[in-house]
Amino acid sequence: MNKGKSSIDMRMFTRDANFIRLFIVFIAVFIICTALKGTQFLNLGNFQSMMKQFPEYGLLAVAISLALLIGGIDLSAVYIANLSAIIAGKFLLSMAGADTADGTVHVMIFASFGVAVLVGAAAGGLNGYLISGFGIPAMLATLGTQSLFWGLGVVITGGSSMSGFPKPLASMINKSIGAVPVTVILFIAASLLAGLVVSRMVLGRQMKMYGTNNKATTYAGLNNRKLVVTTHVIAGILASLSGIIMWGRYSSCKADNGSSYTMQAILIAVMGGVSPNGGKGNIQGVVLAVLIIQMVSSVLNMFNNIPTACRQIIWGGLLLVVMIFNYVVNNRSKRH
Amino acid sequence: MNFKRLTKKTEFYIAVIILAFCLLVQVRSGQFFTGNNIVDLLRSMTIPMMFCVGEMMVLISGGVDCSFPAIASLSMYFVCTKMDGMFDNPLPYFLVAMLLGLCMGAVNGFIVAKFKFPAMIVTLGTSSLFLGIMQGILGSSEYPLTSGLYSLGSTKLLTAVNAKSGLTSDLPVHFAFMIILVILAWLLMNKTMLGRAIYAVGGDEVAAARAGFHVFGTRMFIFCLSGALAGFIGVCRSSMLLTVSPNNMIGMEMDVIAACVLGGVSLIGGRGGIVGAVLGTALMTIVSNSLILLGVSTQWSRVFTGLIIIVGTAVSAIQEQQRKKKLFVTISDKAEVKG
Repeated sequence: MNKGKSSIDMRMFTRDANFIRLFIVFIAVFIICTALKGTQFLNLGNFQSMMKQFPEYGLLAVAISLALLIGGIDLSAVYIANLSAIIAGKFLLSMAGADTADGTVHVMIFASFGVAVLVGAAAGGLNGYLISGFGIPAMLATLGTQSLFWGLGVVITGGSSMSGFPKPLASMINKSIGAVPVTVILFIAASLLAGLVVSRMVLGRQMKMYGTNNKATTYAGLNNRKLVVTTHVIAGILASLSGIIMWGRYSSCKADNGSSYTMQAILIAVMGGVSPNGGKGNIQGVVLAVLIIQMVSSVLNMFNNIPTACRQIIWGGLLLVVMIFNYVVNNRSKRH
Repeated sequence: MNFKRLTKKTEFYIAVIILAFCLLVQVRSGQFFTGNNIVDLLRSMTIPMMFCVGEMMVLISGGVDCSFPAIASLSMYFVCTKMDGMFDNPLPYFLVAMLLGLCMGAVNGFIVAKFKFPAMIVTLGTSSLFLGIMQGILGSSEYPLTSGLYSLGSTKLLTAVNAKSGLTSDLPVHFAFMIILVILAWLLMNKTMLGRAIYAVGGDEVAAARAGFHVFGTRMFIFCLSGALAGFIGVCRSSMLLTVSPNNMIGMEMDVIAACVLGGVSLIGGRGGIVGAVLGTALMTIVSNSLILLGVSTQWSRVFTGLIIIVGTAVSAIQEQQRKKKLFVTISDKAEVKG
């Protein structure tokens, strides 16, 4: 009994160590950014534009983190986001025309958000069922559904981008309460909930156990199928929230919006301390990694002579460096 | 007896499905078994099939390589722009591209074999890195094909002519390269000790090490080979299209992986073969190229690709479960079915 308790304490310690390390990186990046760009970085306008940018891929990163946590991956998250926005957009266009009363439009916009979330949940459920019901490896299942959701999006939109939505949609998503955009509040609320599930709830513990060893959870009497489906439904809902944000921000939706976010979201998850082998990680680390990536990305934007494509080098290189760094640090702590 | 054994193989089912699909298209459109269509199909199969050979070997060794389109694009683009007009012979272009590919593959191989990270995440990372170098530093844009490769690209094996409309379809010489590559890969995987090592490492790393196979070396070799092949294929692609378009291979990785798995190559490693991979690629190409003949709008092609991947992998996953069930008839039976 005593021994078990001490091992839990050890885990708490290592988890904190990772978070502390990330926090130091966060501070360091902040200082470097300030040193590089001075007031151009350190001003209210820049912070506001940063806050408008990160929620959409931050939510995707949280979604992919959940999938990584159970030892899988979700390559379809970006396309779940787009598909749910497209179907919600179709719904909104058919429900609210130009002559619809203002009040009804608002109700319909909220209804279409509901539609988006339902689509996300269903899409995630399909992922989870393919993985646990048929035993398809997560990578292939979500690869197949990526193609499927993308394709459905193309079929529904006819391959072009869908626009002409009622004006209140854009103003609703782009609104700020005080200095904080609504989308940031949505991101905080969603990641807080996801964080509570992962760190404080039985479900989160079961997810991590499944990610460590799914045979052991079978023998321990857990319902693996239900666990995987639930995880992917949550991931799908998070992705659909990201889809809603992108939809409102550009007030248009397209089948292949933000296709580079998959790579970025995996980078954020791994950087945030989620083990690519599954079983380890937490959401607070992921949130911190989102903020770090956003600062780096904003500062890179301020250098006019760096082409946007070079960012790919940085994301790819950073992913490898972070993975190797975590490996070395974890190995050292194991030896002690 | 022999036939019964044959019917248990994934390859057999894929072949049957291909045949059935071809007949369906023929019945619906009457244009499948025409010289033009067959030649066009073989032509569009060439590049994916070559990629499939490399990917199959990586998959069997227990890894996965998502970076080969990036490697192929970068090495092809580098060779075609930096060495433009330097040689009349196509050979140096191929050699340099393969060397570049080999180096990039070595990066993949080292990280995967040394740190034992999931190969997919590593190669997604290196893929982003390589594409960034191509698009950011080299500034990728359309570029005319160098003369040394142009003559090779316009060499034809045969030409099919439609008697009525006079439309012609050419089979480029690269098709022969593809056939040679497939045969070499078959020999490597089935007739050499190295092939055994690849299967062994993919099947069970610890057992392979105990049996005396060099696990690190084998993994390293397989990623280097995949990289070098990608470099070769990249140059093939540009010379086949007679233009240097750096971005048109991006995104092929998913279709190629799916084609391999469809053909019975296990994603966990250790099982599968070249015949299955070839048939899987053939099926994917035929389906996506024949949708028009079936009267389906091209907008649906991505949906169909997704469905093929899902159904195909579901079938092989269920087969795997049943095989496991037969292996563990004792106590673990119930648990295996559940898991």
